[in-house]
Amino acid sequence: MAPPDSASRNGHALLELRDVHASYGPIRALHGISLAVPAGSVVALLGANGAGKTTTLRAVSGMVKTQGSVQFEGHEITNGRPEDVARLGIAHVPSGRGTMTQLTVWENLQMGAYVRRDRGAIRRDFDRVTGYFPWMRERRHQVAVTLSGGEQQMLAIGRALMMRPRLLLLDEPSLGLAPLIVRQIFEIIATINREEQLSTLVVEQNANLALKIAARAYVLEVGRIVLEGSASELSRHESVRKSYLGI
Amino acid sequence: MHLLLAAGFTFTGLIQQVVSGAGAGAVYATLALALVLIYRAMDVANFAQGEMAMFSTYIAYALVGGDFGLLGTKLGFNGLHLGLPQAFWIAFAIAVVASFGLGILIERVLIRPFEGAPLLTLVIVTLGLFSIVNGLAGFNWGYVFKTFCCPFPQSAVNAGGVSFNYTDLGIIAVTVVILVAMAVFFRYTKLGLAMRAASLYPESSRLVGVRTSWMLALGWGLSAAVGAVSGILVAPVVFLDPNMMQSVLLFAFAAAVLGGIESPVGAVVGALLIGILLALVGTYIPGGENLRTPFALLIIVVVLLLRPAGLLGRPETRRV
Ligand SMILES: Nc1ncnc2c1ncn2[C@@H]1O[C@H](COP(=O)(O)OP(=O)(O)OP(=O)(O)O)[C@@H](O)[C@H]1O
Ligand SMILES: [Mg+2]
Repeated sequence: MAPPDSASRNGHALLELRDVHASYGPIRALHGISLAVPAGSVVALLGANGAGKTTTLRAVSGMVKTQGSVQFEGHEITNGRPEDVARLGIAHVPSGRGTMTQLTVWENLQMGAYVRRDRGAIRRDFDRVTGYFPWMRERRHQVAVTLSGGEQQMLAIGRALMMRPRLLLLDEPSLGLAPLIVRQIFEIIATINREEQLSTLVVEQNANLALKIAARAYVLEVGRIVLEGSASELSRHESVRKSYLGI
Repeated sequence: MHLLLAAGFTFTGLIQQVVSGAGAGAVYATLALALVLIYRAMDVANFAQGEMAMFSTYIAYALVGGDFGLLGTKLGFNGLHLGLPQAFWIAFAIAVVASFGLGILIERVLIRPFEGAPLLTLVIVTLGLFSIVNGLAGFNWGYVFKTFCCPFPQSAVNAGGVSFNYTDLGIIAVTVVILVAMAVFFRYTKLGLAMRAASLYPESSRLVGVRTSWMLALGWGLSAAVGAVSGILVAPVVFLDPNMMQSVLLFAFAAAVLGGIESPVGAVVGALLIGILLALVGTYIPGGENLRTPFALLIIVVVLLLRPAGLLGRPETRRV
């Protein structure tokens, strides 16, 4: 266990990965990456298909075998069990949304609050979440399988918010969605960050939008971080513009 | 028609068979509910379900009659028993709670090491458990019939020429109570919701903090407790012996398959139908008593061929 003040020593990073390697059996997906998510900010993780973005989030949540060091609020969580990592305050919205399709909208949100015992606060959080996503209120008894892709993505984010997390991990929230919906979702992510100072690590191929809401960004290529910097620096960077912004 | 006449067909006779068939069906229903609990939790047909229920029944029997078998002889507490007027129901409650604990223990010790193993492996583990439990009961109490009486008055009420005996009515009532309790638990409680989510969406559930492995243990505990009820209710009817639940298990499987192995309501409906059908087969077909088992197997095969999801199961895939 790391000393409790290590987070502050490292410049208030809420989440810190140091020299993280990860592999699926013999297949190595991450070759020693280091990144940090400062408290209160949005950090984007960019990269092409197969670069290792999802694997990075899975390494945080303990869903892939990992070497190196993953620290959350100064605590070592490397290879922790996903349920324990979640209980520490990390909400992970997986790629493909992880919708509990046969449950209703309300039951999905309730599952987000599963480890909490504070009934009154859970009620208030339901109001808070439906404040961001008003359609959920009147459709709370709808079975999730009948929601559109965009609605399912919003529901996944809503479920994560019901956890009252201190860190939100979002894996490609734009996946398979129409541009208009994607923009809406990113606006909501930015709003949540602004209003609640919720630290967020967002994985994206859509660099354009991700760089707009992020303070910092990292670029992954085949399991290595090849670029990092502030979002504005990266959006001006030649190779980012070519490879990820399509300019 | 000729067969029916030969068997001395009367309309009240038919109703009588339907009623007693439903009583037997209710016993299959409780065991089928136990099967459904484990099936929904881990997609595995638990072949040891009947033996677990049988063992639970011996626990209740020991508490009521003070016959703890070989173990009791060794430790010298045979003869100790509940000398109370409500002894049967107190023993019933203790046995159900003990079975809950044993179910959890079985999952932790025998099933947990195989988490993520192929289904065939798990099925074989339950077959192993079948013979372990059967052997333990046989070793301790011997393979002799014991009488274990009686939860309900041994009499009947008459209505319109049909006699309803209290045993059948009682078993049906208990089954309905269990079904309603299960429905309320899974639909309206947070833990029930989490158990459903853990089995359907293990990954998403873990990401919101659900200890899915313990949810499985809990599923085994509940299943063992529900199964215990079926064993204890049927024992007074069939006598107690280590093999007493084997045909009940087959009929419970037939019921679960017929009703839809994912659906508790389906399992109960299936079990009542099977109970009634078997009673009719046994009564109206000459030599039908011996056709009950093949008939149950026939139902399993036909349902799996024509409607694999069962009467009330939803024909959709579970995991996405
Ligand atoms: N379950 C798995 N088993 C084996 N290899 C895997 C597994 N998941 C990912 N990989 C491999 O690990 C590497 C990184 O995959 P990852 O899913 O992290 O990429 P990604 O950046 O998220 O890609 P995408 O944008 O397509 O989602 C890839 O080479 C991939 O083939
Ligand atoms: Mg990915």
